[in-house]
Amino acid sequence: MQAKEIYEVLKTEFGDSIISFNDTAAGDPFIEIQSDKILEIGLFLRDNESLLFDFLNSITAMDLVDKLAAVYHIYSVSLNHRIVIKLFVPKDNPKVPTVERCWRTADWHEREAWDLIGIEFVGHHNLIRILCPYDWEGHPLRKDYTAPEFYHGIKVN
Amino acid sequence: MGILNRLNDPTEGGGIVLATVEDILNWGRSKSDWYLQFGLACCAIEFMAVNAAHYDLMRYGIIFRSSPRQADFLFVTGTVTLKMAERVKRLYEQLAEPRYVIAVGSCAASGGPYWEHGYHVLKGLDQIIPVDVYIPGCPPRPEAFQEGMMKLQAMINQEAIFNKRKRIAEEDAKFQNSNFTDSPSDIQIKM
Repeated sequence: MQAKEIYEVLKTEFGDSIISFNDTAAGDPFIEIQSDKILEIGLFLRDNESLLFDFLNSITAMDLVDKLAAVYHIYSVSLNHRIVIKLFVPKDNPKVPTVERCWRTADWHEREAWDLIGIEFVGHHNLIRILCPYDWEGHPLRKDYTAPEFYHGIKVN
Repeated sequence: MGILNRLNDPTEGGGIVLATVEDILNWGRSKSDWYLQFGLACCAIEFMAVNAAHYDLMRYGIIFRSSPRQADFLFVTGTVTLKMAERVKRLYEQLAEPRYVIAVGSCAASGGPYWEHGYHVLKGLDQIIPVDVYIPGCPPRPEAFQEGMMKLQAMINQEAIFNKRKRIAEEDAKFQNSNFTDSPSDIQIKM
């Protein structure tokens, strides 16, 4: 199924929760959605007979200075089609429902996004840091992040 | 020292070997170093090549141990992150003395490519533990590993065993009176 057709299916099912479709930008065509609807949309994408998106490639988190974004690359192994879902969250309240229930791959990807960018995935069973030490402060890949001077008495810079 | 020549031909000089006890002990120690391998990044991949048949690091008499309690020195090969730095330090403290450290690669020596913007990388292993030999490179050639190993052996050969404190104090006094401005580790080792 083509990206445009996938968008049409989602639009008829979810209406206003699907914000826009973009296939003119460089890279894969993507669908922008409302951030709080990701779990419902994910379950629909996975279970609908004509879509069957059974594989989550990755979750990417981005800091766009004025807001944060999460990008879901999903793929259907059985039907061999793919789509990119994008959502934006404000920086002061970066909360997104977890899709761990939908694709189990999301577990570690969401922990990484939380660790480095600081998107909080609501409902995740174990949202702790995955790369940085557990007691690390801040989210290092934020644009406004400043590295600490010392970590456990070791000079950082 | 000439011990090896005498071993080839024991009757030369009447079958008698003259050496100080210290020299013999140091010779034995330097030729039977066991190391704790601490592979952290791509230098460890190069280290595999060094250990394999073509370069055969084991001919220096060194054997890999996986416990610090059985090891004489530590090979830190690769990027030391702050998370790992505490573990490196703990393992170093578990090594029995006399103990030595070889820092392999730019990352272990100074932070390497993460020198300026690496929020998570230790800027040089010598910030947490004393380092005896630095092997530069990114990653170093196998020949560089061999030279580093030889430098360590030369260092052990020169080491004081008896009256150590007294002799070290003398050397320290000499060092402080000299015009060196570099750190003690920069003193040339006589090969």
